[in-house]
Amino acid sequence: MADTGAVLLSEWTKVRTVRSTVITLLITFVVTVGLGVGICAITNAQWHSMSVSDRATFDATSTSFSGIQLGQLSLIVFAVLVVGNEYSTGMIRASLAAVPRRRTLLLSKAVVTLALVLPVALVTSFVSFFLGQALLGSHGTSIGAPNVLRAVLAMAVYMTLLALLSLGVSFMLRKPVASLGLLMPFFFLISPILAHVPKVKTVAQYFPDNAGTQMVRVVAQSNPPFGPLEGFFICLVWVAACLIGGYLLLRYRDA
Amino acid sequence: MIEVHELTKRYGDTLAVDRLSFQVPQGVVTGFLGPNGAGKSTTMRMMLDLDRPTSGSVTIDGKHYEQLQEPLKHIGALLEAKAVHPGRSAYNHLLWLAQSNRIPAGRVDEVLGAVGLREVARRRSGGFSLGMGQRLGIAAALLGDPSVLLFDEPVNGLDPEGILWIRNLMKSLAEQGRTVFVSSHLMSEMAVTADHLVVIGQGRLLANLSMNDFIDQNSHSFVRVRSPEPEALLDALAGAGMEAAPVTDSAHAGAYEVRDGDPALIGDLARERGLALHELSPQRASLEEAFMRMTADSVVYRTGDDPAPEAPGAVPVPEGWGAGWKKES
Repeated sequence: MADTGAVLLSEWTKVRTVRSTVITLLITFVVTVGLGVGICAITNAQWHSMSVSDRATFDATSTSFSGIQLGQLSLIVFAVLVVGNEYSTGMIRASLAAVPRRRTLLLSKAVVTLALVLPVALVTSFVSFFLGQALLGSHGTSIGAPNVLRAVLAMAVYMTLLALLSLGVSFMLRKPVASLGLLMPFFFLISPILAHVPKVKTVAQYFPDNAGTQMVRVVAQSNPPFGPLEGFFICLVWVAACLIGGYLLLRYRDA
Repeated sequence: MIEVHELTKRYGDTLAVDRLSFQVPQGVVTGFLGPNGAGKSTTMRMMLDLDRPTSGSVTIDGKHYEQLQEPLKHIGALLEAKAVHPGRSAYNHLLWLAQSNRIPAGRVDEVLGAVGLREVARRRSGGFSLGMGQRLGIAAALLGDPSVLLFDEPVNGLDPEGILWIRNLMKSLAEQGRTVFVSSHLMSEMAVTADHLVVIGQGRLLANLSMNDFIDQNSHSFVRVRSPEPEALLDALAGAGMEAAPVTDSAHAGAYEVRDGDPALIGDLARERGLALHELSPQRASLEEAFMRMTADSVVYRTGDDPAPEAPGAVPVPEGWGAGWKKES
């Protein structure tokens, strides 16, 4: 379509000209790296008290990514605000009057989000990895070890997919309070808790954050439900479902 | 030119817009008048394809909104004041709008100058007053140099200077040959700006006529008289073939209105009969009253569907005036 480039530029200007973009993405980086590094340092110090089975399945790579548990909240805030800010201010009506094609508007927002989050996620995952390994000392791994580079890249991909998923949810729920009220407890509390409840566990394994956890593993757990590649596809399905849901509601609901 | 054809919008059981058909002519300011809750904003949102009509259609210069390649170059709209991210500057707000429709960035400075916001263009718009927000919204509407302009209640909350500025702006835009469609719930405001009127009540078209016709049809003259001997005066008036009716307005309780009466004739008549007059004043019904009567009628017409109309003969209360504002926001 002829005007997609124009809409992309316009969406880039929107994201570029609000402070929340820099703030939320910076917090994502700092928290993810900082917490990951801290957990690596503690793990190294407590190594002697770990059980034999824990040591056997110890995954130095994914341990350095532990900070994402908290860091992802800020990333969710970023993606939710990309859409939610427009609904909370009423600006969405100006956007839709300027760009009446809903699909073009949604895809442009998704592309701009992807283009901004992916580099930040790559920096975050590589810095988390290298700092984390340095602090794990003799228990760390190296980027050249089998599957490690793949896991580091998968971490960046997971973060990007999480942002896109949040974008889709925000298009569905519109108000930032509603989107954050759903996504933050889901990723921070509900999903991790359900993952430890018997029976529900088998369903919770397919939640996006657990699928993401599998994506970044190098050493398989004792009994993994699925591998990293399947984890990627499960995340992709979640993202697609949320974006399509967002599109359909944007298309057929009054603005 | 905007053409609205059989436009209908239903929210559940409520019919917000009911088979509305009218055309907005080019080169004049058309006032879109109705009490709060009459369906004005809904109609305007449907014109911009923001709300989906239940049935019917709107065309802008012969095209449906979604067929417009770069819509801001055809139609500019001010829907609500301060629909801007508070952290974004006025300049950046207009910049993203311009970019989305391939409008050169230089145009942003032009419209900022035109609305008098150039000095504050780089400041966060969150600190803007309502008037400045309204000016920014107008700058956004003018950005694509469109031939059609929609303004939804543009003078709401503005100071007198701002109101005057918007009035003159709308007139000059129409003089340039553009279609200017402006909604209001104030007849007095429309009387000084609009050349043409589209009046709706309860989502239905009540009138579609030129301002001059509206004034001719609705602004009749009458003479208000007051006398300590009203019965004798009424007799005298009836004898001379003049109808007098008690004034309904409580501020003038006890007085009578003689429609199309001649004050000289009434005064002479009173002197002949030896009646004292405490008031004898020629009046013109205000357009505001005419408008209220028109929309009140629509309410009366509508309540005919309800099973039990309360207190027949009571002064009809146009419910939209009091109750409707809650719905619209």
